Amino acid sequence: MLRMLDGFRFRRGDSVIHRLDPRIKGLYAIVMMVAAMLYSEFYAMVFLALLPIPLVFLARVRKEWLRSLKGSAFFASFIFLINLITGYLYAGLVLTSETIFYSLSMTLRFIILMESFSLFFLTTIPDDLSLAIEKIGIPHDFCFAFTSAIRFVPDLALEIQSIMDAQKSRGLELEKGSFMERVRNYIPILVPMLIRSFQRSLELAEAMESRAYGAQKKRTSLYELKMTRSDYIALGLILLFLFTIVSLRFFIPPS
Amino acid sequence: MIKVENVYYSYPNGFEALKGVSLEIHKGEFVTIMGENGAGKTTLVKLFNGLLKPSKGVVTVDGIRTVDASVATLARKVGFVFQNPDHQLFCETVKEEVAFALRNMGFQKDVIEKRVEWALNLLDIAKYREASPFTLSGGERKRVALASVLAFDPDYLILDEPTIGQDYSQKERLRHLVLQLNQQGKTIIIVTHDVEFVAECKPRIILMSKGKILAQGPAKEVLPKADILSRASLLMPQITQLFQMLSDLGLPGNVLDEYEAWEVLKGLGGIRLA
Repeated sequence: MLRMLDGFRFRRGDSVIHRLDPRIKGLYAIVMMVAAMLYSEFYAMVFLALLPIPLVFLARVRKEWLRSLKGSAFFASFIFLINLITGYLYAGLVLTSETIFYSLSMTLRFIILMESFSLFFLTTIPDDLSLAIEKIGIPHDFCFAFTSAIRFVPDLALEIQSIMDAQKSRGLELEKGSFMERVRNYIPILVPMLIRSFQRSLELAEAMESRAYGAQKKRTSLYELKMTRSDYIALGLILLFLFTIVSLRFFIPPS
Repeated sequence: MIKVENVYYSYPNGFEALKGVSLEIHKGEFVTIMGENGAGKTTLVKLFNGLLKPSKGVVTVDGIRTVDASVATLARKVGFVFQNPDHQLFCETVKEEVAFALRNMGFQKDVIEKRVEWALNLLDIAKYREASPFTLSGGERKRVALASVLAFDPDYLILDEPTIGQDYSQKERLRHLVLQLNQQGKTIIIVTHDVEFVAECKPRIILMSKGKILAQGPAKEVLPKADILSRASLLMPQITQLFQMLSDLGLPGNVLDEYEAWEVLKGLGGIRLA
């Protein structure tokens, strides 16, 4: 589970994809999400799921990207099973090929979301992300809260690991006992985790204040986002793709 | 005995923290593991109580392979006190905190009470018995964490950076406590950067760098070697440095602390520095 989060963490890298404007990459992830929502046909989903693969190779983040997919395998199989079981019950206790393909499509829908957002987060510098959402017109305080939340996810994962190690070393067995006992077993993990999170927020607030955060109402930025030629080309391709999937959906009757 | 045989360990993200480490720690020994940040010290000791299992090679504790035992069973033999006490404190009172491990390990109620009192007194925190651990200072919280492990009386005691955030007199107390426990037969394993602390304890030193063991031996042999220490980003104790700078006066180069220095200087009686 924690490893899945690792697949969403930015890695310094240099590629065509890394250099793209974060707004373009964000638009790509959103368009992929729209596409995954518009379609539910099995072959369309397979096509959409394969689509990001060349981009991943372009961005040279194959290993990290695969890790995020591996991490989401549990949820994916969960979605598949739920769909399969409901389909099975709904069809009157028969397993039709339709049910199987539908369940596969639903699973692929989830995988497509994971694929595109993982690629987005892997190749976008958190600061650029903050700049991008600020450019859309969201107040800086919210952007900052958002990016620092993302920034602290890996730290939190490390911290949870340390807490689990410390409690296991004192004889805590997480997988022991009845369901209620197992839930209670997590209290020694959750309490230190919450307390550390509060401590960390406080430390962060103090560090920010000592660097005069919020002293000036109007902020200027050291780096500005600028659209380059490749950004416009990417934008054109994404819009063309969006146009195609929308028109295929609404103007061509399903066969 | 803890036996490590040609062990490699890689983290899931691919970082190889240990690259072929072999060592033996005998019952009743006092060992410190030193080395630069990221040398693999903490990774190594996490193999001792089974928190990590070797990617290659074998770790055995009293003949039991750590891959075959759960952390919970190994923890009874090998107590591990972590660097940051805030990663483990969660109870409403100090007393509860110290009793936590004993409860997990299924001790009888009256035994638990006795052990808790013993540990609280040993670390001089009995007056905080009913206090919340979160109201204590950093150094006191560290002692609560130590008490909570000492309470179940493990044969091996691992301390990860125990001197960080402790003032000098607390360090002195810690040193006396550790030496006392060692004299009573407990095996002590300390991970630290604190050269001066180690110089006064004089344990066996295992020096690590970049996932490998650089050197091991008694403090008296390892600490006076500036070149090996610098490869592990460490400096000699100050007294040792001073004595080596004065070596042309015929002073020995392997003096580790003030008491040894005092002994040497006293013997010289009438030296005059020009």
